[in-house]
Amino acid sequence: MSTATAKIELKNVCKAFGSNHVLNGADLVVPEGKSMVIIGGSGTGKSVMLKCILGLMTPDSGSILIDGQETIGLSPKDRDALMRKFGMLFQGAALFDSLKIWENVAFGLIQGRGMNRKDAHDIALEKIKAVGLRPEVADLFPAELSGGMQKRVGLARAVAASPEIIFFDEPTTGLDPIMADVINQLIVEQVEDIGATALSITHDMGSVRTIADYVAMIHEGKIIWTGPVEELDDSGNPYVEQFIHGKADGPITRRVA
Amino acid sequence: MESQSPSQSSGLFDPVLNVFQAVGAFILNFFQRAGALTIFIGQAIYHSFVPPFFPAQLWRQLVDIGYYSLPVVGMTALFTGMVLALQSYTGFTRFNAEGAIAGVVVLSVTRELAPVLAGLMVAGRVGAAIAAEIGTMRVTEQIDALSTLSVNPFKYLIAPRLIAATVMLPILVLIGDIIGVYGGYVVSIYNLGFSSGSYLTQTWDILETMDVVSGLVKAGAFGFIVAMMGCYNGFNSGRGAQGVGAATTNAVVSSSILILIFNYLLTQVFFS
Repeated sequence: MSTATAKIELKNVCKAFGSNHVLNGADLVVPEGKSMVIIGGSGTGKSVMLKCILGLMTPDSGSILIDGQETIGLSPKDRDALMRKFGMLFQGAALFDSLKIWENVAFGLIQGRGMNRKDAHDIALEKIKAVGLRPEVADLFPAELSGGMQKRVGLARAVAASPEIIFFDEPTTGLDPIMADVINQLIVEQVEDIGATALSITHDMGSVRTIADYVAMIHEGKIIWTGPVEELDDSGNPYVEQFIHGKADGPITRRVA
Repeated sequence: MESQSPSQSSGLFDPVLNVFQAVGAFILNFFQRAGALTIFIGQAIYHSFVPPFFPAQLWRQLVDIGYYSLPVVGMTALFTGMVLALQSYTGFTRFNAEGAIAGVVVLSVTRELAPVLAGLMVAGRVGAAIAAEIGTMRVTEQIDALSTLSVNPFKYLIAPRLIAATVMLPILVLIGDIIGVYGGYVVSIYNLGFSSGSYLTQTWDILETMDVVSGLVKAGAFGFIVAMMGCYNGFNSGRGAQGVGAATTNAVVSSSILILIFNYLLTQVFFS
């Protein structure tokens, strides 16, 4: 992975909460137009890393570059401009309860980009269909949908504005295996369709093998292995091998509080 | 010669050090929270005046905070005015001062009771709702989702609530003033046997513009406090149902106490 084509680059990023050092000098390169999946156990810093890249948290030190531009310490105006490059599918979909499904999908277009409601409605319907939902769903509220349907709507919202970079936070958590695979396939289709760079975090190895071009493993706040998904099974890294085979015995030890 | 080890030496001072540590932690925590609240208030005010604005959100909040609080504030004002007339009568008859009842009712209602009671009722109804709604949005990552959709949460969530509460509470209190005075009038005329004409004349004669204006200014301040405490506690809500519950409780308690404190301070400013 050459740095010249890096869409996202993290250099020695550290983030602590009190005495809890969650990110401990994390380094990562995500090539443009590729799908990178970060794997790692719970509490190893995956979500914090994602939030630092998104600007929802500020790292204590280190550097985060998007298209070669430093993003830490950006002015609010520059941050707003940068956010337009991003789309995100949240773990719980994070749909707005008080808005209809189509308004959720079109939210970024109407409120964030000032598009008129008619055009935004048309795009929302198109995206709702693209994620395999019936058009009638558009006028329902999030509480009326199942978890899998909410994830689809979340995906439609994430891709509605055709972002350059899409983040997926545990996209298949809480879904049955079939629905999980449907979501994985939709992620691949949508990312390829808009030609975006994707960065995902997940525990689900099925998801990793379906959506990843590259895989990075995080442990104790550091990226300890990175490579193409084809090399995942022959990584030669005992941490990666323990994780992907889900073994209790190995170098990764779990403290039971 | 025996030497004292460092651990033995520090052990002697442990209780004292613990006290200093606890006091230091308390002071640091206090200033950290005060600083965070100050920054939050500054950001909220800034985003209330700087575009882009969200008129649909503002309209929704004006209706939620203003229109739907009207029954609660109206009932509170009505019965407060009625009780005030009754209590004043039982007290003032001992001094043959029944003629002062109209003045006591109108001044008490406009200067103090309508703004304070409306503020407290709205703190319970609106402050709790704001904290619960924003807290739930925090816990379910909806606030993070706003940011990823290029929408500033301060502009979309905080500013409309702040503006709506600051604008609507004075309007509610003005209506409460009229209803409260009417409550006192009804009891005085139909229960205590006062003459309608003389009661209204006494009310009108004693009332000054400043009495009403001071109450409305207080109401604006109380509306600001209620919305700010609701938004701040909701925005910084802890995780899970317990976190949202604690945020809601903190919003109501802190805004109620601040309303009482600022009521005293504003009364001092207006009437000292």
